[in-house]
Amino acid sequence: MKKKRIGSTLFLTLVLLFLYLPIVVVIVYSFNDNPARIPLQFTGWTTRWYEELFAGKGGYGSALVLSLQVALWSVLSSVVIGTLGAVGMVQATLRSGKGSRGDNLMESIAILPIMIPEIILGLAFMVIFDALGIKGNTIRLVLAHTTFCIPYVFLSVKSRMVSMDTALFDAARDLGATQRRILRDITLPLCAPAILSGAFLAFAMSMDDFVISFFVYGVGEGTLPLKIYSSVKTGVSLRVNALCTLMILAVFLLVAMNQYLQAVRAKKERMLQKA
Amino acid sequence: MTTDKKDSRFFRFLKLPMYLWTLVFVFVSLTYVIGLSFMGRGELIGVDGLFTLANYARLREPQYLKVLLNSLKLAALTTVLCLSIGYPFGYLMARLKPGARTVVLMLLIVPFWTNSLIRIFGWRILLMGNGPLNTFLQNLGLIEKPLKLLNTEGAVFLGMVYALLPLMIMPSSNAVEKLDYSVVEAARDLGAGPLKAFFTITVPLTLPGLMAGCVLVFIPSMGLFFLNDMLGGGKTLLTGNLIQNLINSRDLPMASALSALMLLVTGAVIALYRKVGGSSGQLSMF
Repeated sequence: MKKKRIGSTLFLTLVLLFLYLPIVVVIVYSFNDNPARIPLQFTGWTTRWYEELFAGKGGYGSALVLSLQVALWSVLSSVVIGTLGAVGMVQATLRSGKGSRGDNLMESIAILPIMIPEIILGLAFMVIFDALGIKGNTIRLVLAHTTFCIPYVFLSVKSRMVSMDTALFDAARDLGATQRRILRDITLPLCAPAILSGAFLAFAMSMDDFVISFFVYGVGEGTLPLKIYSSVKTGVSLRVNALCTLMILAVFLLVAMNQYLQAVRAKKERMLQKA
Repeated sequence: MTTDKKDSRFFRFLKLPMYLWTLVFVFVSLTYVIGLSFMGRGELIGVDGLFTLANYARLREPQYLKVLLNSLKLAALTTVLCLSIGYPFGYLMARLKPGARTVVLMLLIVPFWTNSLIRIFGWRILLMGNGPLNTFLQNLGLIEKPLKLLNTEGAVFLGMVYALLPLMIMPSSNAVEKLDYSVVEAARDLGAGPLKAFFTITVPLTLPGLMAGCVLVFIPSMGLFFLNDMLGGGKTLLTGNLIQNLINSRDLPMASALSALMLLVTGAVIALYRKVGGSSGQLSMF
């Protein structure tokens, strides 16, 4: 029995090491004091790449601003569209007792963006935006990102809606509430956590997206992932390492915060159950 | 019954933005790509608007056929390797004590959320001619001269497995976690050996998660063109690279034909997945 435990731990550790290896390399090199063009020799510790980054060298600041702008607008629009869509579809199903075929079809088309290879979507957005004469880079990015953010919000809200106690809606209706009132006072408050986690996911996906943005974006500096790609495609720049390290740190903090909030919520629920 | 009518009008109103958005930006744009794939190249907007099957006929040309087959081969190999690492990992992880499982899960989430460009960039540094890995191997005395690791097909394969592994681990682990382990114990009590119990009970019962993982790995693996740029030295290895090259040379009809083909393969994989009993809910892991 004990031997099995050791083997299992060893396997898990090795795979995790494999997953972290390149991340550690990126972080360690961000502190490498080697000014060579391809700085592979580790010659000592420095924080100069971070200082340069914060001094605005390389123009990563504007890329970050664009990424944040695009993510913000895409999340806002996908939250509105996805939430209302999910609520409308599930409510209609509840009232009539069966899902309409139109809704089912629409749902499978709406979630295609997160099922098919990204490059196809990139090409599709590129040609449709060109055909429609949509030229502004920011608006192109927002339209594209909104499209692939909608499924995350929609699926998150839908799964919450499906598990909701329908007696609430019936009671509200029997007491004379209009659907608008039910939406405002019952559905949306109960869906709030699902909307929030959908929005969180959508935000992360938008910030992370490279492939689709690559095809949608015209000439210029672009979003953060686009900028990183153009600086590391051919060479190694330790300033990028510093930037990547900061991004990894941001991810780590967000994940830790999320875990902490979940633990707090679970504890609260346990206490409620006991009471 | 007027309230019922009013209600359904309200629901339609709620659904309207999503219907419109999906129609224009998903349905019309994908249909447009498929439409372009049946046209020739033109001067003005990239296409000439005349119906032709020539783009599909060109798929048989060796320059396309070779890459398509290679891409499928790499995708299949990636899926197999991810399965043979990711499924055991998911299994062992799900069987951990709750505290340890939370830790492993968190350790998994961080690389998963880290931008894949960043992680692949790390591999790029690692694999370089005089990079850390070669130096390490030389210091150990295992090799004399640095090996050519970067800009090889092997590096691209490694990158694919690396980037997609979490997509196999998550659904596998979820499936094992939901498995009622007393069934396995019953089989063991009735005399089945550990291997027999694993393959006749655990694997069939966790098959949905396992299959979802395979679909989640296989589908994107055809299109990861940037992996090839960063680790493969720009050789054309994946269908995604073909599409990218064609877009760069403004051959939109041919790029569309390849995309349509990829869409077809994706559809076939998902249809197969549904046929053997997979639910699409499993495919959206979140």
